[in-house]
Amino acid sequence: MSSAILKPLPRWADVVLLPILNLALAFIVSGLVVLAIGQDPLAALNAIVTGAFGNGYNFGYTLYYSTNFIFTGIAVAVAAHAGLFNIGGNGQAYIAGLGVIAVALPLQFLPWWITFPIAVVAGAAVGGLWGFIPGWLQAKRGSHVVITTIMFNFIAAAIMVYMVVNVLKPAGILAPESAMIAPEGRMPKLGAFIPWFKNTDVNFTLLLALLCLVGAYILIWHTRFGFAMRALGQNPTATRYAGMSNSRIIMIVMTMSGALAGMVAVNQVVGVQYRLVLDYVADAGFVGIAVALMGRNHPIGILLAAVLFGALYQGGNELQYVIPGLSKEMVVVIQALVILFTGAMEGLFRPGLQRVFMTLSPRQKAAAVEANSVKSGS
Amino acid sequence: MTEPVQNGDNLQQRPSGAAASDLAQTDLAIELTGINKRFGAVHANKDIDLKVRRGTVHGIVGENGAGKSTLMSILYGFYTADSGEIRVNGTPHAITDSRHALALGIGMVHQHFMLVDNFSILENVVLGAEDSALLGPSLDRAKKELTRLAKEYRLDVNPDAIIEDVSVGTQQRVEILKALYRGADVLILDEPTGVLTPAEADDLFRVLRTLRDQGKTIILITHKLREIMAITDYVSVMRQGAMVDTLKTSETNPEQLAELMVGRRVLLRVEKTAAKPGDTFLSVENLVVKDDLGVTRVKDVSFTVRAGEIVGIAGVAGNGQSELLESVSGMRDQASGIVRLKGTPLSLEGDDGAHRARKAGLAHVPEDRQRMGLITAFEEWENAMLGYEDDPAYGKGIILDIPAAQAQARERIKKFDIRPANERLKTANFSGGNQQKIVLAREMERNPDVLIVGQPTRGVDIGAIEFIHNQIIKMRDAGKAILVVSVELDEIRSLADRILVMFDGHIVGEADPATATEGELGLMMAGVTDKKAAAE
Repeated sequence: MSSAILKPLPRWADVVLLPILNLALAFIVSGLVVLAIGQDPLAALNAIVTGAFGNGYNFGYTLYYSTNFIFTGIAVAVAAHAGLFNIGGNGQAYIAGLGVIAVALPLQFLPWWITFPIAVVAGAAVGGLWGFIPGWLQAKRGSHVVITTIMFNFIAAAIMVYMVVNVLKPAGILAPESAMIAPEGRMPKLGAFIPWFKNTDVNFTLLLALLCLVGAYILIWHTRFGFAMRALGQNPTATRYAGMSNSRIIMIVMTMSGALAGMVAVNQVVGVQYRLVLDYVADAGFVGIAVALMGRNHPIGILLAAVLFGALYQGGNELQYVIPGLSKEMVVVIQALVILFTGAMEGLFRPGLQRVFMTLSPRQKAAAVEANSVKSGS
Repeated sequence: MTEPVQNGDNLQQRPSGAAASDLAQTDLAIELTGINKRFGAVHANKDIDLKVRRGTVHGIVGENGAGKSTLMSILYGFYTADSGEIRVNGTPHAITDSRHALALGIGMVHQHFMLVDNFSILENVVLGAEDSALLGPSLDRAKKELTRLAKEYRLDVNPDAIIEDVSVGTQQRVEILKALYRGADVLILDEPTGVLTPAEADDLFRVLRTLRDQGKTIILITHKLREIMAITDYVSVMRQGAMVDTLKTSETNPEQLAELMVGRRVLLRVEKTAAKPGDTFLSVENLVVKDDLGVTRVKDVSFTVRAGEIVGIAGVAGNGQSELLESVSGMRDQASGIVRLKGTPLSLEGDDGAHRARKAGLAHVPEDRQRMGLITAFEEWENAMLGYEDDPAYGKGIILDIPAAQAQARERIKKFDIRPANERLKTANFSGGNQQKIVLAREMERNPDVLIVGQPTRGVDIGAIEFIHNQIIKMRDAGKAILVVSVELDEIRSLADRILVMFDGHIVGEADPATATEGELGLMMAGVTDKKAAAE
């Protein structure tokens, strides 16, 4: 009974305090693991933080990783608002590379500011298609998107291997990759304008990512479609009652989600690698799920969470060089712990925190009890 | 918060507390004295006295938030009172938790059943009361005990049936059996008929009478005055946290109880003038509708509703009324048939059928407002435009004009007296009656030609019922066609100008509410038509 009368946390506690507590716990447990293999946890923490933020070079790489996580995180969040769990961000981001390279190579001698928007549209189209098909299957055939999007990750991976090896690979090159894009068609790195970021991979796509966050905010909370989408996510019976077409919303949202994930391809193909390689997504699609969870499906939260995970990736890479006793696998363990505590177990502290808040504020307690008695109908 | 309401204010003179005052201590199963409970600023229970005689059915009525649930939670050990005394069978006890309450012989049947769906009835009864590590002997003993209880109290159930396969009425019996199995002498039932069909409710009342006759004490929390009159021996009325009065049921009447509950005179009967029907606005022709499982629920139904009249569809729940409503309003595809609005056939196919129906001028207040009519996680103003979000009043193009939508919501809150008057509040935090007003305001303010209302006052306080009925009649008098479906026969009889009775997917008869008796309607609802009756 006592758990039934807990009042939801104030918003700031839910979106700020709780993630910080979760993160702290993740770091404490990670520290214990580091300690257990005979290393100094504080030194490791210092190495990660310095490795991620210590100088322009490191921070640039952090932002480069964050760019990908913003795209995949907001892709998951948009779908989540409509009650759809898009696990296919990886496949959508991967296959979108076909669209990007298909326009980037023919247009490679045009200035980048012409190639770039076309590459964005092409990547969005192909990524969107990869989201639309599971959406269509869900809307028209009742096949659950969780299942189909997972399957589509594998299909995308298989198609990409075939396309890269058998279609895109120029003759005479041994590595499985497409031809290089000419320097004119490459997106400028931010380092070209901001010397601090010199020699890092962060590029103009970061601005596109920030634009996507703003766009998603407007879409979700300030448009008619966003209203319908959130309504569907909360109560599909009510949207049917309202006469919003549930199947239409599902198909559009999944397409948008896939298109957002597809922006990863823009970052990778025309922003960093200048060619299509295999496995360039590097599981950013899955990290996006954790980013969306930790960011509470809100653009600001996603931005912060994406920077955190970007920092973990970049700082983790540096860690193995600074402390030779901590291998790359150790870094993966720390990342996994952060995902575990901030994503999968994000509700761990909630009941305790709610109790603390109610003890501190009797008015909240009264409100909770009143709300509860109204709900139980007497 | 408001001050305790004086017993006498604007109420008639009545025999105050006479019924309960002359009791000897030993006759009392439960005696609560001076119970106070505060939750911060909210004084949920104010100095409550309650005497419950052994071997009686004692009703507790009051509107939502009157403090009934808090009081019963104190008795059942969920909460501890700030002050006051609880006597069980004459002995004072400080009840600390529900286990303690149970040990004292107090059992509770909750509004929402606490059963494991895929367990058998027997397993559910034993759950939590297993008396050995091995389940076998426990179950054997329980089976014997269950058979004895079933026989003694005429609570027949099949112990091996699985919960999810049995009816809601049977599930409730299992809850009662669970309490009895644990040795309850005092049974508290919280809104027990909310989920039951009228037949199941009658059955429950029969069981309660048997229990009472066998010496058990029953406390019935409800807001349905009809039930109070039908089953209780005594009734206590609560209002705004205070105990207003305790009366002998045989010496009171629904009007007096309603007045005590609300604190002002309430019209239980709807006052309206004779209908002046005009042109046919809604016509349903040969409608056939299937449910989600493909079973035909509406079988070749035809009827019309004219401007300026209220047509009521009566019937026991589950005879196709829900599917009829959902189909006519565009929520559910029809297998065949035509729905016309002012002579023009409506195209209702597809999952946006309801949108086209609304555009054509057909508004729908659904029978389940929380599941269909509202998104309870949304703020009030968002629900105030649900289904009409395409309206240019809420902004041009794809962007919503949120200030405009909120301003309109505020206007409607004022007009329909929705409380609390805060359009930014989450809809789940409004009471049932106010939620219903949100839906009604949304659908009525569009000035539709046809209004379809399912269960207009289900789970709504008495004070709000009056308001809702008056609004519906106002719409009728403005020349709109109104179709009302309700399982409350009283409501249909008082509201409708013409009654259609639905049974097994057919409309089996039409009646004039002015002349038809409850008996005649009841027979039709049971599927006995004149012809059949004559043939027998």
